[in-house]
Amino acid sequence: MYPSRFRYEAPRSVEEAIALLHQGGGEAKVLAGGQSLVPMLKLRFASPEMLVDINNLPGLDYLRVDADGTIRIGALCRHADLEKSTLLAAHQPTMAAAAPLVADPIVRNRGTLVGSLCHADPQGDWASVMIALGGHIVAQGPKGRRKIAVADLMKGPFQTVLAYDELAIEAVVPAPKGVAGGGYLKLERRVGDFATVGVAIAIETSAGSVIRAGIGLTGVGGSTINAVDAAGALLGGPLTADTIARASELAAQAAQPRSDHRGSATYKRHIVSTFVTRILTSVPDSKGKAA
Amino acid sequence: MSSLFAEVPPEPASDVPVRRVTINVNGEARTAVIEPRLLLAHLLRQGFGLTGTHTGCDTTNCGVCTVLFDGTPIKSCTMLAVQADGHNILTVEGLAGASELHPVQEAFKDEHGLQCGFCTPGMMLTAKAFLETNPDPTEDEVRWALSGNLCRCTGYQNIVKSVLAAAEKLRGQAGN
Ligand SMILES: Cc1cc2nc3c(=O)[nH]c(=O)nc-3n(C[C@H](O)[C@H](O)[C@H](O)COP(=O)(O)OP(=O)(O)OC[C@H]3O[C@@H](n4cnc5c(N)ncnc54)[C@H](O)[C@@H]3O)c2cc1C
Ligand code: FES
Ligand code: FES
Repeated sequence: MYPSRFRYEAPRSVEEAIALLHQGGGEAKVLAGGQSLVPMLKLRFASPEMLVDINNLPGLDYLRVDADGTIRIGALCRHADLEKSTLLAAHQPTMAAAAPLVADPIVRNRGTLVGSLCHADPQGDWASVMIALGGHIVAQGPKGRRKIAVADLMKGPFQTVLAYDELAIEAVVPAPKGVAGGGYLKLERRVGDFATVGVAIAIETSAGSVIRAGIGLTGVGGSTINAVDAAGALLGGPLTADTIARASELAAQAAQPRSDHRGSATYKRHIVSTFVTRILTSVPDSKGKAA
Repeated sequence: MSSLFAEVPPEPASDVPVRRVTINVNGEARTAVIEPRLLLAHLLRQGFGLTGTHTGCDTTNCGVCTVLFDGTPIKSCTMLAVQADGHNILTVEGLAGASELHPVQEAFKDEHGLQCGFCTPGMMLTAKAFLETNPDPTEDEVRWALSGNLCRCTGYQNIVKSVLAAAEKLRGQAGN
């Protein structure tokens, strides 16, 4: 399988990359890890006239935490960098749980979190995680930079609100105001398969009370689902068996699964509720209370 | 394979935009003038004649096309050859020394870590890179590290044994 012909550019600066995208007038595509785009080019699901390879842009491979606790993931930070990060393991349980579950180890060596968000696959794992965390991306175009909440980034399957000449520079997770808890659970048929169901939960607790909650659902709708009502059910008090049961029920209602070769809609909905319960009962403070 | 090669040969037609790339393959600088859409797997196999890198699924799933890109395992069916310009590529042909096999190769031989051998180049390269970061792995860690490489013959048991044996050999060498 071969891609159709394209012009290949490997710019050395962000400005140059954006100028090329602008020049491409909608017929150019950014090449990051290439783990979604190259397979699509080979199948000719995508036939751009120009590829703007961003792998040579300096200084975009970072994963860092600002003094206030804000986490920044550069456009060239690979899934494997996130999987190996001791920083995430210590401070960000939802991301730490998701990183090893994305694709397979070899794909993780190339694929990027930012590229995954820009790809807007309803079965992409990172979008649910970033929605649960209330994250955003920073996009840069010819007119400057803007922030786009990940919850607003996806227009539909494989479509984002990014302009053709905008490059996503980084993804940002805001600093937690309480103690971060949560996780990611994914049901897959085998390693490297996309999720049958994925559930991302991120909560923050302060003085025993949940002060922020986010729940994102993977693979159970036409886009990543932001289960706002389910998350809302957790707010304003401690995690209890009752609030967990309520959130599980609301998350299952928010899911819009379809029956397919991975399972029936009823089964997938059931898994959503099971995963919400499992993640929340494993948050350290909630142990025992939800039995 | 010849049809693919005919479609995008390493020597493109004169009206096609091409790039001149120099890639360090197994320690040797190799230069080629190629179309940007040529995939690394095909440049290695057809352009450079290094047919130890296999292509199986051609859809980024099986890992038989795995090579080391600056030391890191990547699927060469999913990287454009132009992206390797200026980088180091290690293929299975570069594993053995002038007179002896690499310890990973020896271990696969000793432990019967292969049957048809189709997945073996990818398995060994993944294993080599993995053992450099984790010289004393558990069986579970080995299975996890190889989970992007599919084998249709062995049931993996002997591959895992081979990698554990290779780890021991390499630790022995490091200790000397
Ligand atoms: C076998 C296999 C299994 C997989 N399994 C999973 C899985 O289980 N879960 C999962 O989430 N993903 C999975 N993936 C996809 C993988 O995670 C990709 O790495 C990811 O979807 C895209 O990231 P990338 O860096 O490879 O982007 P690319 O493939 O380079 O690009 C993807 C799209 O995003 C655009 N883009 C990329 N970066 C930017 C940027 N900075 N600014 C603007 N646009 C940009 C590109 O133009 C393109 O349209 C799998 C892939 C394979 C091959
Ligand atoms: S041929 Fe490259 S992953 Fe199967
Ligand atoms: S030995 Fe035949 S595919 Fe692995």
